Amino acid sequence: MAIRATTVSASDSVPDSASDSAIESARTSSASAQTPPATDATAATGWVEVRDLWKRYDDHQVLKGVSVSANEHEVISLIGSSGSGKSTLLRCINLLEIPERGEVFVAGERLPFGEPREAGDKRPRKINNWKNVYRLRANLAMVFQSFNLWSHRTILENITEAPIHVLGRPRREVEEEAHALLKRVGIADKAGVYPSALSGGQQQRAAIARALAMHPKAMLFDEPTSALDPELVGEVLSVMRELADEGRTMLVVTHEMDFAREVSDKVIFLHQGQIAEAGTPAQVFDSPQSEAAQKFLSNTRIARK
Amino acid sequence: MEGLSLLALGADGWGDELLRGAWLTLQLALVTLFFGILLGLLLAAARLSSWKIIRWPCMGWLLVVRGTPEFLVLLLIYFGLDRYLSQILRFLGIAEQFELPRFAGAVVGLAVIFSAYAAEIFRGAWRAVPKGQMEAAVAVGMSPLAGFWRVRMPQMWRFAIPGLGNLWMVLLKDTSLAAVIALNELLRMAKIAGETTRDPLFFFAVAALIYLFMTACSDLVRLWLERRARRGVRAVAG
Repeated sequence: MAIRATTVSASDSVPDSASDSAIESARTSSASAQTPPATDATAATGWVEVRDLWKRYDDHQVLKGVSVSANEHEVISLIGSSGSGKSTLLRCINLLEIPERGEVFVAGERLPFGEPREAGDKRPRKINNWKNVYRLRANLAMVFQSFNLWSHRTILENITEAPIHVLGRPRREVEEEAHALLKRVGIADKAGVYPSALSGGQQQRAAIARALAMHPKAMLFDEPTSALDPELVGEVLSVMRELADEGRTMLVVTHEMDFAREVSDKVIFLHQGQIAEAGTPAQVFDSPQSEAAQKFLSNTRIARK
Repeated sequence: MEGLSLLALGADGWGDELLRGAWLTLQLALVTLFFGILLGLLLAAARLSSWKIIRWPCMGWLLVVRGTPEFLVLLLIYFGLDRYLSQILRFLGIAEQFELPRFAGAVVGLAVIFSAYAAEIFRGAWRAVPKGQMEAAVAVGMSPLAGFWRVRMPQMWRFAIPGLGNLWMVLLKDTSLAAVIALNELLRMAKIAGETTRDPLFFFAVAALIYLFMTACSDLVRLWLERRARRGVRAVAG
């Protein structure tokens, strides 16, 4: 597919190495500390923008100042070895995890964080307005590694639940749309059954339909094919390809390098909680600059053979 | 046939008294069940709290209630409530004389006992619901409370109903403890009837049959609820 216009914001321009990125993020954070929060709120340049994000679990600093900016209609793949922080980054965007420092913008709206914590303060940031968080989450659909379909609801009910009970849309309209979505992801005949009766690939496609039913402004995919048997990966990826082709804004954490290369507008390689490499798929896959990315990519290529 | 005439309804027999006692027993058990489940959920939530200041007192409370005889707990609560509530009411100048209604006293006592055991059941059931279920709920914009009612609670039942069914059986029989505070539930009526007619064995046997009938019926309800709560769970046989 054609590469759409890709802007790389100043803070995540391709660094030469992980240490450069650390210097850069330190610079960014000191700069943002001097700017008043009001300026921050208006400064979002991307459709989904993460700025200088820091997140730790107990004593383990998972994210060390990560900045990502996705334009509307852009597909960004987040790659890296396990423990690199890519899933945590995704989960910070809809606040399933709450970072200690950093800003997140969705469609120009700033997530309602309170004052950022000082460097070294281990507590997550305060949230000023949880109602806003709920509203923002409804705009950001998430697809999980383990599907997380609600097991006590049928496939149809899984899809209609949130549009009816969170968005307050009329049941009849939502159900019609749900049937259309199920048809679209290729499981039209499964509307009345419970998730446990479906294969993993079918469950994940149902989960994608559930996400689409929210008319999300952006979609977050957290290793959507990692829990699938190899022969079921393709059916999920092909649905995701279609979504990318129709211009959805997508952030995808994935181990599927072919998918990342063919579908993404931008690929970000995370290493030990920092962005070690970022750019077009060609840049990242064909001529990685950082040692960590070179090593990671050569390993995955060996593994694929 | 003398036995059956003893069970006649009306002034001549004890049938209507026994039935009234059984009805009171059932009322007592149902009202206690309602409050016991509510209190049990609250205790389970407190027990699972990440704040020690909430979790530890709750654990202490559960230890005390579960570690002392139920009969004693009922007495402590009934007489304790009676004394301290009347003192508080007098102090506030609301009522000079106060007597705790026996039914209410019995409900509070039994609900305290029921909820302590139910809390452990709910705690287990809470944990048994996979974490991803609630994550999916909040990820679509539900508040944690909405997620609890719409996603966690319906799934908790599947894990909680077998245990709660057991507790309900125990509760139905424990209502007989309320005889001690002179509440005319089934066992007390049977005892009075037995003493009056000098045929205690007969009336105790009848009471036993009535209890058995009630517990047998509740087991059927429990089976039905269990089947309902298993919706969407793949049968072991496939």
